[in-house]
Amino acid sequence: MKKKLPSSRLIGRGLVYLAAILIALWILIPIYFITVAAFSPKDVIYAWPKSLFPQTLSLETMRFFVNAQYVLPSLWNSVKVALLTLAVSLVIGAPAGYGLARHIFPGKDIYRIMILSTRAFPIVILSIPLGVTFREWGMYDSLVSVALLHTAMALPTTILVTSSVFIGVSRELEEAATVFGCNRLQAFTRVVLPLALPGLAASAIFTFVLSWNEVFAATILTLYNRTLPARMFIQLSASPLPFRFAGGFFILVPAIVFMFFIRRYLFSLWGITLK
Amino acid sequence: MKLKRFNWEPYLLLLPSTLYLVLFFAWPMFQAFELAFQKDDGQLTLSYLQRMFGDAMFSEAILNTVKLIIAIVPLQFILALVMSLLMMERLRGSNTLVYIYSIPLAISDLAAGIIWFSIFTERGYLNSLMHGLGFLDKPYLFLNYQTNGPFVAIVLAEVWRATSIVFVILVAGLQSIPRDYVEAAEVFGANWFQRVWKVILPLLRPSIQTALILRTILAVQVFAVVAAVAGRGMTVLAAEAYRWYSEYRNSHMAATYAMFILSISLATAFIYLRTLRVKEEMTL
Repeated sequence: MKKKLPSSRLIGRGLVYLAAILIALWILIPIYFITVAAFSPKDVIYAWPKSLFPQTLSLETMRFFVNAQYVLPSLWNSVKVALLTLAVSLVIGAPAGYGLARHIFPGKDIYRIMILSTRAFPIVILSIPLGVTFREWGMYDSLVSVALLHTAMALPTTILVTSSVFIGVSRELEEAATVFGCNRLQAFTRVVLPLALPGLAASAIFTFVLSWNEVFAATILTLYNRTLPARMFIQLSASPLPFRFAGGFFILVPAIVFMFFIRRYLFSLWGITLK
Repeated sequence: MKLKRFNWEPYLLLLPSTLYLVLFFAWPMFQAFELAFQKDDGQLTLSYLQRMFGDAMFSEAILNTVKLIIAIVPLQFILALVMSLLMMERLRGSNTLVYIYSIPLAISDLAAGIIWFSIFTERGYLNSLMHGLGFLDKPYLFLNYQTNGPFVAIVLAEVWRATSIVFVILVAGLQSIPRDYVEAAEVFGANWFQRVWKVILPLLRPSIQTALILRTILAVQVFAVVAAVAGRGMTVLAAEAYRWYSEYRNSHMAATYAMFILSISLATAFIYLRTLRVKEEMTL
């Protein structure tokens, strides 16, 4: 519908664009600042007044961070925890998602409500009793325990998201495969799985980011075997500014990159309402 | 097709996840309750609860947490509503805008805290900007504990980081509102504000409800942002739970704090569900 806009409408339109761009800047400028800080040499970080546009860029600060004691081992710990979380929640969650997508059965609504209501329970509450339990089980300071807790946190979302992914794969295709002689499992692995793969990957990336970012539980459950955010959190107040800024940037980057890959799935991942 | 008989398949598919959530979600919840109300010898007690209420840090922690929720959640809601209504305007480049607006979804509270610390710290970007504009001769201590500076910085960091989740939920809700409704209102002479107030907001109620419940529950457990911005200068409920567990090695007190956080979360969820009740005739 194209029509010529009167000038008052045109001004209104301009204001709408202005507001949209200002909000985008509000989000981007802090990211710009931390990036500049992470790539400024030490004397620039401590200098005042700072230039808002960097004069000298260097890897000095990032190198300082990466070479600091514990950083690389904690980074590796973070990756291990996130991968384990991703694997467990997909292995347990995807079948449930498939079940919800393909079947109507008594108890389905109760199950859905149970899954949704887990969101009302803060992660802080899980961490403390699980910390006590894991200690009793001799799993104190273990990365597996962190991954198990992160899985409990991620599983409900994985189930809901994978169910919407499987709903998106047409049931007729699956039935056609069985008509052409596949058994149920073959129909699933040869027809449904390839079609569902991008959505499942998005769900996996989401889980990875969730675990990569998590601080409270990781700090409670570990002592020496810290994940990177837990390690940073513990050391933060005693750390020099370059260490903090480089660390902040370091945690930020993978999250933003992953977001870029799953941007198409944004609304199916987060836009789930309770109704 | 065989004769119709009881189909076990969905139950088998759901079984692993149900067991997992019972073991690692429901059971720990129950245990937190036990830790908070039972001594090590199994005797029921209210002593931990009394000790928490009597603790000097408790009143400060709850006051700070509640103040943060009251400051953060409405700001986030208004900003997210503006952002999502802008998306309704079908702007050019709106895909890019949606991506930019949702970047903070992936940013951890710790990273957000560090970023806003870098802005508000003594030799930070805000001071440099103010100096550049000629407002300041020497750095101002924004994060001084005697002032509201740390509080403001935490509010900004949280609004910056966590408005996106509200935005995404509201946009998803807006997309499910049929355009005919809005257009009909326009035909009958409703201006933009009337359309938003009388048509869009009432229809958006389920999404608003979800977004507010989710955001408030997450705000009750605010933790790493506070530590990254204000250090030890400010405490909140989750920080107290952490301190009792990790520093004083008292899991009973930590669990009592956790139960308290849970009860606030459930109470707010309940209040939102009551006050924003979705009437049957409103649902589409």
